[in-house]
Amino acid sequence: MRLADKGLIDRSKLVTFTFDGRSYVGFAGDSLASALLANGVKLMGRSFKYHRPRGVLTAGSEEPNALVEVLDDGQQTPNTRATVQEIHDGLVARSQNRWPNLRWDMLSINDLAAPFLSAGFYYKTFMWPRAFWEGIYEPLIRRAAGLGKLLPKHDTADYDRAFAFCDLLVIGSGPTGLMAALTAAKAGRDVILAEEDHMMGGRLLSDDGQIGGMASADWANATIATLRAMPNVRLMPRTTVVGAYDHGTYSALERVGLHVAHRPHLPRECFWRIVAGQTILATGALERPIAFRNNDRPGIMLAGAVQTYLNRYGVAPGRRVTLFANNDGARIVARQLMAAGVKVAAILDSRPVASVIEDCPVYIDARVTDTKGRHGLTSISVSHAAGSMEVETDLLMLSGGWNPLLHLTCHQNGRPVWREDIAAFVPKPGMIPGLTAAGSANGVFSTAECLAQGRDTAAAVLGLADLPDLPHAEAAPYAIQPFWAVPGEGRAWLDFANDVTVKDVKLSAQEGYVSVEHMKRYTTQGMAPDQGKNSNVGALAVLADATGRGIPETGTTTFRPPYVPVSIAAMGAGGRGVGFAPQRFLTSDQASRDRGAPMIEAGLWYRPSYFPKPGESTWREACDREVMMVRQTVGVADVSTLGKIDIQGRDAARFLDLVYTGTFSTLPVGRVRYGLMLREDGLVMDDGTTARLGENHYLMTTTTAAAGQVMRHLDFVHQAYCADYDLRFISVTESWAQFAVAGPKARQLLNSLLDQPLGDFPFMSCGEVTIEGVKARLFRISFSGEEGYEIAVPTPYGESLFRDLVARAETLGGGPYGMEALNVLRIEKGLITHAEIHGRVTAFDIGAQKMIATKKDCIGKASSTRPGLTGPEREQMVGLRALSDQPIGAGAHLFTPGDKVNRENGQGYVTSVCYSPTLSSWLGLAFLKDGRARHGQQIRLVDHMRKTDVLCEVCDPVFHDPEGGKLRA
Amino acid sequence: MRLICPLCGPRDRREFYYSGSEDYLNRPTPDAPAEAWDDMLHLRDNPAGVTRDLWYHETGCGSWLLVTRSTTTHEILATERVADRKGAGA
Repeated sequence: MRLADKGLIDRSKLVTFTFDGRSYVGFAGDSLASALLANGVKLMGRSFKYHRPRGVLTAGSEEPNALVEVLDDGQQTPNTRATVQEIHDGLVARSQNRWPNLRWDMLSINDLAAPFLSAGFYYKTFMWPRAFWEGIYEPLIRRAAGLGKLLPKHDTADYDRAFAFCDLLVIGSGPTGLMAALTAAKAGRDVILAEEDHMMGGRLLSDDGQIGGMASADWANATIATLRAMPNVRLMPRTTVVGAYDHGTYSALERVGLHVAHRPHLPRECFWRIVAGQTILATGALERPIAFRNNDRPGIMLAGAVQTYLNRYGVAPGRRVTLFANNDGARIVARQLMAAGVKVAAILDSRPVASVIEDCPVYIDARVTDTKGRHGLTSISVSHAAGSMEVETDLLMLSGGWNPLLHLTCHQNGRPVWREDIAAFVPKPGMIPGLTAAGSANGVFSTAECLAQGRDTAAAVLGLADLPDLPHAEAAPYAIQPFWAVPGEGRAWLDFANDVTVKDVKLSAQEGYVSVEHMKRYTTQGMAPDQGKNSNVGALAVLADATGRGIPETGTTTFRPPYVPVSIAAMGAGGRGVGFAPQRFLTSDQASRDRGAPMIEAGLWYRPSYFPKPGESTWREACDREVMMVRQTVGVADVSTLGKIDIQGRDAARFLDLVYTGTFSTLPVGRVRYGLMLREDGLVMDDGTTARLGENHYLMTTTTAAAGQVMRHLDFVHQAYCADYDLRFISVTESWAQFAVAGPKARQLLNSLLDQPLGDFPFMSCGEVTIEGVKARLFRISFSGEEGYEIAVPTPYGESLFRDLVARAETLGGGPYGMEALNVLRIEKGLITHAEIHGRVTAFDIGAQKMIATKKDCIGKASSTRPGLTGPEREQMVGLRALSDQPIGAGAHLFTPGDKVNRENGQGYVTSVCYSPTLSSWLGLAFLKDGRARHGQQIRLVDHMRKTDVLCEVCDPVFHDPEGGKLRA
Repeated sequence: MRLICPLCGPRDRREFYYSGSEDYLNRPTPDAPAEAWDDMLHLRDNPAGVTRDLWYHETGCGSWLLVTRSTTTHEILATERVADRKGAGA
């Protein structure tokens, strides 16, 4: 029922929305819960296990009952808390966990079966017959379990992620947070004020009190306006700080666009990482319910929540109200209801000694013993100091005291401390460096104390001297006497969301699960979306009682992030599809795509797979043609993905001698040498060629795959072992576009292009050339076995050079070739890639032990001679030539013909294969035990995955032109 | 987690590559016995408390850092550039 003239809603803006197919009208500023309550809707959900009818319990993100599905943007978002969802025109929400509808739910039969569904029932009930578990019991339970449902399709909506930095992060914008933010902001500090709600002000929006002579909500608005006008303050409404991490890092979820119907320019949510010099936790406190028989009916709400609906939303959630409380503070809500003209039938105070002076009947030493009303509360049974009675009521308010919202202080495994005087856990200072709790989150509950602690905490953590004045505010003491559960028959709920009752917790203790962590897992207490925010303290009080221990000895379960549920889509914002990883494109990318080349990923790079020609229907046809083209005329390939490291300095040569197995100090200027790099443990790290461009100037190339690793390694060797060398190096991979020109007509092609024709330029030469005046670097190296060159130009010239090279090649009968042909060419020549040097092979294994220079030290040299890293027991690289036309596959295992095919008899494995059009045969590179001694023998290749079994001949890995005559032509 | 790079200032750990123990800094001489190499390459303490390990500011300045930190409190006690420490020369 909506009250006139109350609340902070905008009554000039009507908002139409639907819930369970029915249309309702609310006001701008309403939550879904407040708008439904205003429309007289009390039934909003069904409980998890027993499918009990449920109404809203709270007014915040901790809501355990009013969980709904929101349908928008093609999405179906389950378990949305109706207390957090703002209404907007066109909002479509529906109840969940019920069938066929919310009022008539078939599975409410579970409620009748409750005696069989107590804690741990699934450990006991479905044990027999054993074979029924997988086929019958589990599918049944799975169908019955769960709350809302996801659509089985991709979430295509927009999400975002962002980073922020500040001197002071204030979490929560109630009196404590506002005063802390104001104090820090006035001292010129960078402040972020994060508030979960869409309106800032926290409890001040609900309490209808006075601060500094004005309504507390007005004081909050004025303070927020002051903060908003300051350039060093960032206000972040709709933002829940969900996790506290090391060194001042916090994660936060911002609901950016969930409150509007159409958001072409807004993401749904944004996941923040906030780094703060200091943080003040001003999250306030959460009210606790009290357990008694049937305390979960729609119409039973927390007193503080009713206060919020009354004062902030102008809604009276009942017409005849009762209050069951164990403290003084809750009575203010009854008084405010009466002042608003709502009938309060009774105040039921659990304390034997308490004031009875109110404008309504007050009963002390009172207990609510039962309730009635299936879809909405109708009456309660009460016993009290002077007898017992039935009270007609449609709204029972509960207040079992307040729990400071200290979760973040415990995110690094800290445990809070129990304070007897307020019957609550409070944060232990220093559990997270730089995070300080203040105000109600720290166990002080009057507005005046909160304002003071907000100011003084900000001053203390930031070292401020000049402090703003404190406005006058209410300073009533908080008088509470713990009362957790009314004893008696029937089910009294603790965890509403997961249907855990007092009985369940007692049963857990009775069956030996007396540790709070065991009780949690046995009963599922605190494992629902609210993570026990409403119920954990009550449950462990019951456990403490059942085990005869105190609450502090019983302790709490572990607090873990996130504080509220966070969608995976928000955490992974931007990481879907192409956003999953950065993309690196070659300068020839467009030219390759123009020719219809399918692109394949090589690390982050995209490289052309092959260049199809009309009439070719398979990749193999294109690949075979490209291979023969290189062997017979000339081919052009973009090899810019190879890592390029420019190394300079008087000690560059010494440095290369240290990182490579070979000797580079003796390399003449204008020459290139193949280099092998080991890890310190003797295994092969990478290989590549390094050119000496000048006396103190080298250019190293790495494989595409290991470019980053090699750079890191060089930096380490330099900084750790020879920081005093005269040496500088930098990655220039993206500064140069480099193209392989390979084949018998390679020189002819280059001569048509270069400003000066090539003179004497033998294999493994390098030098500077010019193309239409542009300086280029030319290397005579080959990854194909043919006469080969690689020509490098500054990146801006890459695309035009590629197009020019390809056009010239085509006039000579050649053309471009892709990764497939490149791979075949190198296998035919027995050249390795990271398919071979995969991190488990030594220089010995690949037949390169002689490349480890004997006259100098190098990284990995000492280890490379360790026992077990050389010798006949090692699997050594060999070539394989299939003895039939059957395809062979990499990953296949090798067996001696006649041996049984099992793991014990394994002789090695295949790393690379290709069909060689040059040799008209399937070829492979493989690692075979004592392989170099087995050239000429037959070996059996078995591939269980591809179901092949092929006899091969073991041979030298270099199939094509073993003498290297073509290279040197 | 944040590390303070002596050159770049406090930075998120996503900018850093974690390598491992500081043991890698103590490279034995080429003729050292196999045990010395084994120690350096493979044998690690697993302290509950102060540890010193190597981090590389990969998406920053390229400095290798020697970080002294606590595995129990996660406190960063000291950060220095590997190249700046004594004896970093050959």
